[in-house]
Formats: sequence, structure tokens, C-alpha cells
Amino acid sequence: MTTPQVQEPAIHVRGLEKSFKELKVLRGVDLAVARGSIFALLGSNGAGKTTVVRILSTLLQADGGTATVHGFDVATQAERVRESISLTGQFAAVDGVLTGRENLVLVARLRHLKDPGRIADDLLERFSLTDAGGRKAATYSGGMRRRLDISMSLIGNPPVIFLDEPTTGLDPQARIEVWAAVKELARNGTTVLLTTQYLEEAEHLADRIAILHEGRIIVDGTLGELKALLPPVKVEYVEKQPSLEDVFFSIVGTNSVGTDSVATDSEGKR
Amino acid sequence: MNKHFFGDTAVLTGRSLSHIMRSMDTIITTAVTPIALMLLFVYVLGGAINTGTGSYVNYLLPGILLITIASGIAYTAYRLFLDMQGGIFERFQSMPIARSSVLWAHVLTSLVANLVSVVIVVLVALLMGFRSGAGVLSWLAVAGMLVLFTLALTWLAVIAGLSAKTVDGASAFSYPLIFLPFISSAFVPTDTMPGPVRWFAENQPVTSIVNSIRDLLAQQPVGTEIWVALAWCVGILAAAYVFAMAAYRRKVS
Repeated sequence: MTTPQVQEPAIHVRGLEKSFKELKVLRGVDLAVARGSIFALLGSNGAGKTTVVRILSTLLQADGGTATVHGFDVATQAERVRESISLTGQFAAVDGVLTGRENLVLVARLRHLKDPGRIADDLLERFSLTDAGGRKAATYSGGMRRRLDISMSLIGNPPVIFLDEPTTGLDPQARIEVWAAVKELARNGTTVLLTTQYLEEAEHLADRIAILHEGRIIVDGTLGELKALLPPVKVEYVEKQPSLEDVFFSIVGTNSVGTDSVATDSEGKR
Repeated sequence: MNKHFFGDTAVLTGRSLSHIMRSMDTIITTAVTPIALMLLFVYVLGGAINTGTGSYVNYLLPGILLITIASGIAYTAYRLFLDMQGGIFERFQSMPIARSSVLWAHVLTSLVANLVSVVIVVLVALLMGFRSGAGVLSWLAVAGMLVLFTLALTWLAVIAGLSAKTVDGASAFSYPLIFLPFISSAFVPTDTMPGPVRWFAENQPVTSIVNSIRDLLAQQPVGTEIWVALAWCVGILAAAYVFAMAAYRRKVS
């Protein structure tokens, strides 16, 4: 760690293991996410990113290892963890039948907050959804749904927020909108752990990046450290794990992140 | 119990009730099939059916009400399944709320939706000549019996909604339940049925429930059959509740 860290990390994971039947999804994951930082967990489909997020958000129990979120153990203090977090899952978890505003009011009520209506109006404004606030969420575009989804995660100001593949399936314009929303999230010192398949996204948003592959963290560092870790001698490594090929090629090949080219890059490869 | 259980359940029930208010078609379609059956049996087949009582619509209504509920709970399973699919279920589960309130909200919503459908069917039956001189207490007893039956089937629907793999699977489980009243005393008296069929008809839950409701509405003494009916309802309710909660714990742990 380069920055002096007086407090313990917001998320601390040691030796996390999880199997589904015979399939070992997590084989000892170690992570530490500093308070107030944006941490990207990068990996291909099926690498176990969602499993990590589900364990950290108390939706799934680990088979082994320990994990604390905001100082609380996810296994033994699940209720306290749930008070400290907010999860935005892989599918936009909004209620399509309700309006955008009603969705926000619903979450504010479930968090037992005073004046849910005002909270909803504030968030609609902050995420440029005021005009759409009275419309059913089902009529929203993908980017709008995601923005609503993320703004719902902000209600009650949880100190830790999980975003599981926030831009998967979105068009380039919507992706830029969501990136802006994530930055908005981190502005107030919230710790954000996001998962993504796109290195560009991690590069664009995160203070620190970890690559999860075959159930283990194989690289963990800042973008600069990651690039330094990948000299040409490591090419062999890439060939062994072709599913991460595009990720590594992106590290080597991309210097400036033009948002447009980023979006078309990743679209084109998939 | 979590201190927020009642508040959270109320908020979530409000949410799913507004789903129903915005798609009244689910309540209408729930009522349409039983009404069509009622029209068919009263005006087409009923003339040839000898129930040994006066008005056939009076005879038929209790069974039709059970069919209404049996088809209504398919939507309960459907709504629960959609919540699980859409990710909003996980959002709720990752929030500091009373976890079981998510299920209870669906159960209470099911109760309200089914009672509305039942009232619609009863109103149509009134237009078709259904009459009852039953007093307030008898009506309350009928309502209580229907509420119990709805809760029992609703918890069955919760099991289906939680464990289904597809939308079709979530609602298909209600077909046998809708069919069950046909092999009971709901449409015709059981004494014309051949031996084994008759044995089944007389010993399955629908017959005792139908007979009890019919007697209550016709101001006849209900006898011991109402206890059999209550035992069935409470038994199914308790068993379904246990299995539903077990299925729920598998989902959320």
C-alpha cells in the first residue's frame, strides 16, 4: 500500500472458497479494498466475480475463508453487513411496474428513512431522471434503468456499494452514462467494489484492479502496477488462459482511453 | 422476529398490490374462467343434472369459488417467480429488512387478489339467480373457510414460485388444483359415481370444503364435515408453509 492506511480496509477477504457441487468456483480469494476507493474485480465470464459479490453481500455462504465488510463478518454478522452495503446486481434490479420515483421511495421506506419522497426527488435530480421520474421503469432505456438502479443503491448512504457488471449489455452511450453515475457514487467517499469483463472500464473507473481467474486473484494492484507486471515474457501466461487475452492485449495496446473507441473496441471483440 | 417485520411487510405488500392495481387483467382473467364454467354448467349442462336440491347455481357456486382461488394462485407463483428472476428479490435480500417479509408480502397480496376475484364471481352468480338467506355468522364462516383455503393454496404457490425453473413451470402446478373440484361433489352429487371414483371424490379435501360452504349458505346444519374441511385446510396450510420456508431458506442462504 502506498497510501497511509490508518483504518482497516472496507472490505477484507482471506482465503475465500466456494464450490457448487463438484465445481470449485473460488479457490482461495484474497482481497483488501481501502475505504473510499473504487476497486475493480476483473475477469472473464464464469471467473467467479458474481460469486464473490454474492458472498460479500450475504446472499451466499462461503465454504471456507473469511470476509469482512465495513468491519463486520459476512457469516456471523450478516445483519450488520446488510446495514452497511448496497448491491446492484447483474440485472437491473428495478421494479418495472412502478415508476422511477416509486422505486426510490420503496427502497427509502425499506431502509426506514424519514421523508422518502424528498430523498427520491433529490436522487432523480442527481442522476438526471427528474423528467422520467413519473414514468414506469419498464419504459426506460437500458442506461436509464441502470442509472435508476445505481441511484437506488445510494439511498441511506451505505458506506460500501457493490456493482456487479454495471455496464454489461449496455450500448456505448449508456455505458458512458453509467460511468458518470459510478464516479458520482465515489465522490462522497463511498467504497465501491465493481466487477467487470472490460479492462477499459476498470481502467477508467478504478483506483485499484484485481484480476480473478479460475477462482484466484492472479494480479492485484493499481493500473500502473498491473502494466509493470506484464512484460513480454508473460506472453506464455496469456496463451495458457486465452479467455483473458483481450484483457491483456488491452493493457499492452491502450495508452489513452477515448471513451468512444473503448466502447467500440469491446463491442467489436465480443 | 425482526423489529421491522410488520413495517417491511406492509411496504412490500403495498408494492405488489400496486402491481395488481396496474394490471387488473390478472384479476379479471382469474375470474373469467370460473364464470364461463358457471355459465356452461348452469345454462347448458345444469338442466340435465339432478342434484336433489333446488337451484343449481346455488349448488354449484361453492365449487366455482374454489376453482377461482385455485386459478388465482397461479399468479401468486408467477409474481414471485418474476421477482426472483428480475434481481429485485436479491436487492431486497441484501437490504437490512426482515427477510421473510418478502414472502409474506406476496402471500397477503395473493389473499387480497383472490378475495377480489371471489367477490366478482359471487356478484355474477347473484345476477344468475344465486340466493342465500344465510346470516352474518354463516357468511363470516364461509369467508373464513375461503381465506384458509386461499392461504393453504398460496403457500403451495410459494413453493412453486420459489422452485420453478421457468415461468411456465411456476404457474403450471395450479392445473391439477383447478381440476380437483371436477372429481368432487362440486358439480354433481358423488353417489352416481362408480366405486373407486366415488371413494376418491368423497375423501379428497374439495368435497368436504364444498359441502360445508354449501350447507352454510343454504342454512343447513353443517355437521362434522366442517371439521374435516378445516382439518384439510389447516393441514395443507401447515405442510405447505413448512416446505415453502425450507425452499426459501435454500434460496437465501
